[in-house]
Amino acid sequence: MNEKITLSNVHKTFGTKKVLRGVNLSVDEGQSLVVIGGSGSGKSVMLKSILGLLRPEQGSIKIDGTETIGLARHLRQEIDAQMGMLFQNGALFDSLPVWRNVAFQAIQNQGFSESDARDLAVDSLALVGLGPELLDLFPASLSGGMNKRVGLARAIACKPKIIFFDEPTTGLDPIMTDVINHLIRDCVQELGATTLTITHDMTSVRAIADKTALLYKGEIIWHGNAEELAAADDPFLLQFVNGRAEGPIEVEGQQISAAGGGQ
Amino acid sequence: MSFSPASEAAITVFGLTNKRPPIGQTGKHVTAFATIGRFFIGFFAQAGQLSLFIAETGKAIVQGPFYFRMIGQQIIRIGYLSLPVVALTSFFTGGALAIQIYYGGNQFNSETIVSSIVALGITRELGPVFGGLMLAGRVSAAIAAEIGTMRVTEQIDALTTLSTDPFKYLIAPRVIAATLCMPILALVADIIGVFGGFVVSTQSFGFNAAIYVQSTVNFLSFDDISSGLIKAVMFGFIIATMGCYNGYYSKGGAQGVGRATTNAVVTASILILAANYLMTSLLFSA
Ligand SMILES: Nc1ncnc2c1ncn2[C@@H]1O[C@H](COP(=O)(O)OP(=O)(O)O)[C@@H](O)[C@H]1O
Ligand SMILES: [Mg+2]
Repeated sequence: MNEKITLSNVHKTFGTKKVLRGVNLSVDEGQSLVVIGGSGSGKSVMLKSILGLLRPEQGSIKIDGTETIGLARHLRQEIDAQMGMLFQNGALFDSLPVWRNVAFQAIQNQGFSESDARDLAVDSLALVGLGPELLDLFPASLSGGMNKRVGLARAIACKPKIIFFDEPTTGLDPIMTDVINHLIRDCVQELGATTLTITHDMTSVRAIADKTALLYKGEIIWHGNAEELAAADDPFLLQFVNGRAEGPIEVEGQQISAAGGGQ
Repeated sequence: MSFSPASEAAITVFGLTNKRPPIGQTGKHVTAFATIGRFFIGFFAQAGQLSLFIAETGKAIVQGPFYFRMIGQQIIRIGYLSLPVVALTSFFTGGALAIQIYYGGNQFNSETIVSSIVALGITRELGPVFGGLMLAGRVSAAIAAEIGTMRVTEQIDALTTLSTDPFKYLIAPRVIAATLCMPILALVADIIGVFGGFVVSTQSFGFNAAIYVQSTVNFLSFDDISSGLIKAVMFGFIIATMGCYNGYYSKGGAQGVGRATTNAVVTASILILAANYLMTSLLFSA
């Protein structure tokens, strides 16, 4: 299978803080990769680097074999056009009603008429299990779960070839988590898309991952498929999978809380 | 990293590093230099970032595509909805100006002197400048808060991933609308300001209305009005640009948006006053 996304030796630093220190990762076409890692380990930074929202200082990010770091804007937009992204907090445009959010790309870049755009929004919302009664609501009046689902509908509305999900289930109840996991699984199979999901929720990993990678201290320290994950004996991975406080992983801010332990 | 002792000292003095010298080894003056150094480095970094921002905005405006729906929306928000604020400000300013000239001036107060000074003061300076300052408060703040919130809630990132350039979709419409609307608002301010002076003069001082109007019309030249409108174009650009710039680069949640809003109003107001001084000296010294 050919590689859809390839990261080699990607470094990203903010001021003096090294967030990514040589990430190597690849996703094959049609595959669902899940990246796990603790809060603050740089998962979102990695995703934003792939999306071209952040510019790494060093390394290479190839999409469909094309180097994207430093790519001219009009070429970048062609690549963006075949990608969809679900942001961690939805990032719906709060000045626009749901249907304009969902059909945004179709209206802005593909010249859809308003009625065609509304139809597209109805279809996309149906894919994520939402009815047309939401079309004219504004994002501020949606619940957390609906917000995520509308975000998902927007991400898949234009049938992207690559879809990114940043913590799609964080902050949702267990039932809604299961609903979203299934939606992702179904969308992927229906669209035949390549996906990269970020999460620290092991139930999501089990539900949607073809392949899993663990990001720790700015590097991918383990990756493998579902069977390898089940059989793995890597101490870092096991600590994460089993959710234990004791182990080799240094929790961010632990020293601080240990020093101020009296409180 | 290793530097020679001399450059090490220079680095400390000019605040090029965050490494602070141990307390007790240095005098207060070094800290002062470091603060000044940091200030200037920060200042030039900001100036550079702002220049790039303006260049990018200019490119977006020239290249298109134009989002007419967005431009129309902004013209209503920035121009139409600012009309009452600008009209009231200007009316009271014109009235106060008339009172000052009547009582504070010389004994030869007459319809001609009060009317001509009110007309000049309002059209050349007070109409556009007060209008601009009111819009700096109303519009720059609103733009910075809106774009800043979009930044911290990742809506601007979302725009980019949906293949839409934030400069073309968000920033260009606001800058175009403010630059178009501000001179129209200034013209409204001119008319209502002069009217404010007229109302006070005829009602309080018993001036003859016909003579007042006649002398205003005789005295005002096209240049007085056009100079104020040219200034207003510049003010409109400043107002929208400072709102967009501060919002676009805001970070750090609600607090960051608050800071961006304050900065937008303060920088827009100062730049309006500075630009007004510069343009007055350019337009009237020739
Ligand atoms: N724009 C930014 N500027 C400075 N630091 C950032 C920025 N974005 C992220 N970081 C830092 O990078 C680290 C990783 O962040 P992130 O990728 O959001 O973590 P997560 O793995 O939870 O998604 C955090 O410590 C965060 O403070
Ligand atoms: Mg994150």
